[in-house]
Amino acid sequence: MVSNISRPHILAIYKSLLRESQKFSNYNFRLYALRRVRDAFKEHKSLQDHKLIKKEYDFAKDNLEIIKRQVVIGEMYRTDKLVIENQQ
Amino acid sequence: MVIQASRNLSSIADNDKFSLKHEEIGRPLYFDAQATTPMDPRVLDAMLPYLVSFHGNPHSRTHTYGWESESAVEKAREQVANLIGADPKEIIFTSGATESNNISVKGVAHFYAPRKKHIVTTQIEHKCVLDSCRALEGEGFKITYLPVGPNGIINLQQLEEALTPETSLVSIMTVNNEIGVKQPIADIGAICKSKKVFFHTDAAQALGKIPLDVNKMNIDLMSISGHKIYGPKGVGALFIRRRPRVRVEPLQSGGGQERGMRSGTVPTPLVVGLGAACELAQRDMKYDHAWMEKLSQRFLDKIYSKLSHVIRNGDPEQTYPGCVNLSFAYVEGESLLMALKDVALSSGSACTSASLEPSYVLRAIGTDEDLAHSSIRFGLGRFTTLEEVEYTAEKTIRHVERLREMSPLWEMVQEGVDIKTIKWSQH
Repeated sequence: MVSNISRPHILAIYKSLLRESQKFSNYNFRLYALRRVRDAFKEHKSLQDHKLIKKEYDFAKDNLEIIKRQVVIGEMYRTDKLVIENQQ
Repeated sequence: MVIQASRNLSSIADNDKFSLKHEEIGRPLYFDAQATTPMDPRVLDAMLPYLVSFHGNPHSRTHTYGWESESAVEKAREQVANLIGADPKEIIFTSGATESNNISVKGVAHFYAPRKKHIVTTQIEHKCVLDSCRALEGEGFKITYLPVGPNGIINLQQLEEALTPETSLVSIMTVNNEIGVKQPIADIGAICKSKKVFFHTDAAQALGKIPLDVNKMNIDLMSISGHKIYGPKGVGALFIRRRPRVRVEPLQSGGGQERGMRSGTVPTPLVVGLGAACELAQRDMKYDHAWMEKLSQRFLDKIYSKLSHVIRNGDPEQTYPGCVNLSFAYVEGESLLMALKDVALSSGSACTSASLEPSYVLRAIGTDEDLAHSSIRFGLGRFTTLEEVEYTAEKTIRHVERLREMSPLWEMVQEGVDIKTIKWSQH
């Protein structure tokens, strides 16, 4: 049984991905993650095939777990801020 | 989750006599992607289980510990092979591109030495290829070092003319580490195939960044590095063709791992990291490449709009956009590097960055001595941001202008004196 992924599900994981990406203490990883997440959702915006949507959804879920773990590790070994962050 | 045991690593380099105090201004931006790249968090995530939980020797055949490591290594072999259109059986794991280059150049040369004692390479190869060739010369091999044009690209006719029935190997890098130029690999492969000479390419700087297919491009051996593609340091791979079979004499004696070509226990966590990095690179090659183009275009537009007498080293079209090598005339490169201390930059390869000699790559493309001394390589990567590019461009412009204002030569150029015609007298 493959249940279709609904729009609220997709929006929810999109928001979770952005929220978790925002937590990267490393400037470069943080900005990359935010950019990559936004672009991936933009790219697949018009996806209709439920199988493909499910595939992308599972991929997003895996990545959300990776981001959560890596945010923790990054936090454990953080460094000083970059010169560009201190300017802002 | 609150991390109780976190540490701030700001103090790591503080005992080092060369360190700069970053506390007030912040850590420098990283613009040296050709030297090495940071590990992608997704790569680290793939590696960690094999550093923390699964420690088995992938060559142990009698228990689960061995089997789980072996299956991880074989999955990684597939990920590497997929990226270059090879068969997993044609991939052997090594410690990095330097070792892969050594096995290729010395291994092929030694194996076919009884019949063939000639190797063709170029003047702009990485040190480890050139040094391997030097070592072979000492053993009586003949080496042809092909010149390159002012754009850094080899001449295919010259290559064809250099090949003799004595030639066993042609070794030409795909993307140059200092100036970023792309050689016509498919054309070189076709020439080598027609003359029945093995073709090796050092693809450390190209893999995962531009499409590579060992069959379409007729590549017989390819060197691969982990840490240039957001993977771990200390691991690499060598593609070595099975049909027609390429034979190499191994450099290392031992347990006969990696089909006898590279003895030594395969480091499971590193290899898993290399595999993960290859899979990511394959999935995101177009995406990352478009980002490199956007960044380098923004950077160059900014620089060219404000500064004159800036020369881009290497062909501007046949190039990898993440490597921008510029010469700022009438500015001393070392002074500019010192002034740009809040950006991590290099004037060329990391291996030779300690020497004050101008780069042999720039000399090979015919760059004037003074321009070669004023070159800086800007290395962009997956994690570089637009903000960083703008910051670096602005800083570069400001310091080049400042240094030029102090230069008497620049003053003369502004007055219309042609510096080249001056006869410098010695007192």
